[in-house]
Amino acid sequence: MSDAPAPVVQVEGLSLGLTTGDPVVEDVSFTVGAGQILGLVGESGSGKTTTALALLGYTRRGVELRGGSVSISGQPILGQGISNLRNLRGKVVSYVPQDPGGALNPSLRVGDAVMDVLRAHRAGAASLESVKASLERVELGADPRLPRRYPHQLSGGQQQRVTIAMACVCDPPVAVLDEPTTGLDVITQDRILAELARLRDDDGMAMVYVSHDLAVVAKMADRIVVMYAGRVVESGPADEVIERPRHPYTRALVSAIPDFRRPRALRGIPGVSVGVGEWPSGCAFVPRCRYAIDRCSEALPELSAATPDHSVRCIRWQELASEGAEPGDGRAAATAVEAEDEALLQVDHLEVEYRNGRRRNTVVHDVSFAIESGRCVALVGESGSGKTTIGRCLAGLHPPSAGRIVFDGSELAAFARNRPLAARRRIQIVFQNPFESLNPRHKVSSSIERPLRVLRGLSQGEARTEVGELLDRAKLPRRVGDRFPIELSGGERQRVAIARALAAKPDLLICDEVTSALDVSVQAAVLELLSELQRDLRLSMLFITHNLGVVACVADTVLVMDRGSLRESGTVAQVLNAPADEYTRRLLSAAPCLPDGAYS
Amino acid sequence: MTGRLRFMRSFSGAVGVTIVVFVVAVAIFGRYFAPHDPNVPVTVPLAPPSSHYWLGTDFLGRDVFSRLLYGGRSVITLAALATGLGYLIGMSVGLIAGFSRSRIDPVLMRSVDVMLAFPPLLFLLVLISGAGTGVEVLVIGVAVIQAPGISRIVRTATLEVSVRGYVEAAIARGERSFAVIVREVLPNIMAPVLVDSGLRFTYSILIIASVNFLGLGLQPPASDWALMISDNRQYIAIQAWAVLAPAAMIALLTIGINLTGDAIARSLGRSYVPKTARSAVI
Repeated sequence: MSDAPAPVVQVEGLSLGLTTGDPVVEDVSFTVGAGQILGLVGESGSGKTTTALALLGYTRRGVELRGGSVSISGQPILGQGISNLRNLRGKVVSYVPQDPGGALNPSLRVGDAVMDVLRAHRAGAASLESVKASLERVELGADPRLPRRYPHQLSGGQQQRVTIAMACVCDPPVAVLDEPTTGLDVITQDRILAELARLRDDDGMAMVYVSHDLAVVAKMADRIVVMYAGRVVESGPADEVIERPRHPYTRALVSAIPDFRRPRALRGIPGVSVGVGEWPSGCAFVPRCRYAIDRCSEALPELSAATPDHSVRCIRWQELASEGAEPGDGRAAATAVEAEDEALLQVDHLEVEYRNGRRRNTVVHDVSFAIESGRCVALVGESGSGKTTIGRCLAGLHPPSAGRIVFDGSELAAFARNRPLAARRRIQIVFQNPFESLNPRHKVSSSIERPLRVLRGLSQGEARTEVGELLDRAKLPRRVGDRFPIELSGGERQRVAIARALAAKPDLLICDEVTSALDVSVQAAVLELLSELQRDLRLSMLFITHNLGVVACVADTVLVMDRGSLRESGTVAQVLNAPADEYTRRLLSAAPCLPDGAYS
Repeated sequence: MTGRLRFMRSFSGAVGVTIVVFVVAVAIFGRYFAPHDPNVPVTVPLAPPSSHYWLGTDFLGRDVFSRLLYGGRSVITLAALATGLGYLIGMSVGLIAGFSRSRIDPVLMRSVDVMLAFPPLLFLLVLISGAGTGVEVLVIGVAVIQAPGISRIVRTATLEVSVRGYVEAAIARGERSFAVIVREVLPNIMAPVLVDSGLRFTYSILIIASVNFLGLGLQPPASDWALMISDNRQYIAIQAWAVLAPAAMIALLTIGINLTGDAIARSLGRSYVPKTARSAVI
């Protein structure tokens, strides 16, 4: 394009590999102009973070540079000595990490952390004033004591702002952002994105934004590069890639994004992303591609230009372009079972507090709701709103301080161990973090067998046969039973956790943020599974989440929580289309969505 | 079992196991190869090493090499018993304190703090002066010295594991605390416990050796590495081997155990990962 600004980032044929031989990133090229944002999109394991780190001349342990060049503001980055690189990092190109809690030194005051960057590059300008000025740029200037605080005294959003301040304090022309809002609430995410957009507009900073979430990238980026198995599969202007995705993988990513404005059945991408060292000789997406033909696995497709500015690595893109977009069919839950009138679960005036010594902290305040048999109720709120605590109370993991929980006509005891066997069996919970919810020392089959034995009293032999059926139900191959959790991906582990919950033949399934740690494509597949199970097994569900798009895809009714109190409740259509409460409206406006063009 | 023995493939694991096996073999079977009676003087005292007496003789003229081959069994057995008993007590206390989340925790932990305040050797000396010298007293005394430290480490590890989803899932199933601890918690705190156990075992050896050295444990003329050092220390300038040989055996065992514990800990948690899965996690 002639009107494009001169590129400040130029990546040419970048290739990286494991020191043991397998390639990780192969032949990646892109450019970013001043004041532009490039979105680098892909699933876990696609090589997007490895590529992003290479922009800083950094490779993780066990990874080495194989070829290609990276230049920023005309300066070559690769092949520089370590002292030169140290000089460039932070001044010419800076980095905002994914997990600010882990990236900030917990024993360093945040003001000193920002000061360190200044001292390294602009010793003359290193003053408290310039630290304050840089914190003001990220809207942290209001509290004069903030620079004296330690990272653990800040919220997740504030921590991320500090890392952004550190990245911007020396006014580098380029910043690399690695999933900067993953793990943050929608409202906080919205504010961080707004700040990044301001930095781009006011200071003309170029950014490389790495994320697995196309909806966020669509909001921010001018151009999008989609990576799969270490290679670029599609790249082009953002609106074009989102609205007219050419590669089957990009199409699948687009149709995996939950959107509260357009409830539809999500389609997950089947299978698992190809791991390093397993790359096939042909197109790497073949095993998961709906449009794959024999010719696809013969040779690696070249990047071909769909338009001068939009390239795609697929041999069938022209045929597929005429087929139109991925069918975004009507909402699956529209066919949902008729609700039965009687409530399976009734929560009355629930109060919960945490005690820390003498101090009492009320986290749930006077919450009442009911879940009817066969229905899915979504509990929505930011972190700290008390939604997870309610789930834990229902599961018998935390005692309420007042109020009643009535399950199928009888009141439940506070702790699980005091509840009758039937109640323990009929209420099951799936936890948020799939990496912590399975015992790493037990095989998958042993984890699933346990509820069969304990809650349903099956013999070892009976349990073993049923484990196979449960794995089928969760759409996992049966051989997974002989694996240990560490051998499985996050999505597979979450399916195992669901299978473990199903083993008890529950009537009520509590899903506590079950997809928040997963990639968007994997999330869609897990949600698909849950909707199907709910329909087939007539499960009642309490679906706890902060993502309103997800709510529209699975739930019948919604409860919105804020700081321990219920703000609004109603059917999905009511709450999402005509929110009555101010807080709900804020949540809705902050939720990232695809532009309308994506649905044409 | 190949997965569980993977630690042997690392350098420190292989070297550590070799050293430990060697020292333990010497301690157990060495006596059958002893050229002389360990308790009878065979030639002049403090004779230098010769073709007859490979490591010379001690201050009474007994063969140092033979005494070395006899002297390992007592100290290693006592240390193993004491450490094992210490773990039985310490792990029980630590698991209960870490898992209970009730008032038991502070009560147990403050008692542990009181125990930790006693200097270990002083505690043992007081115990021996009250209960007399004896193998049982020594074992129980060392176990009681070890238990508080063990319970602290076990408690910390337990606290961390107890909030994981798989533990909560078991609690939500209403399983008995004992079953949850054994099935869900215990296997996941073994890494720190194993590393620590190597250090503890060597520490037990050192305490027992110190007590023997002070003449309050095993009594002469028993052949014991620690006693040998104690008996011959005045003559180290004349016949160094009588002191250095047993000291070297204790040092070797200490090094070997630590290398092994380290290698096991490093292999735990990775041992089940095949190559492909490990790379996919990146």
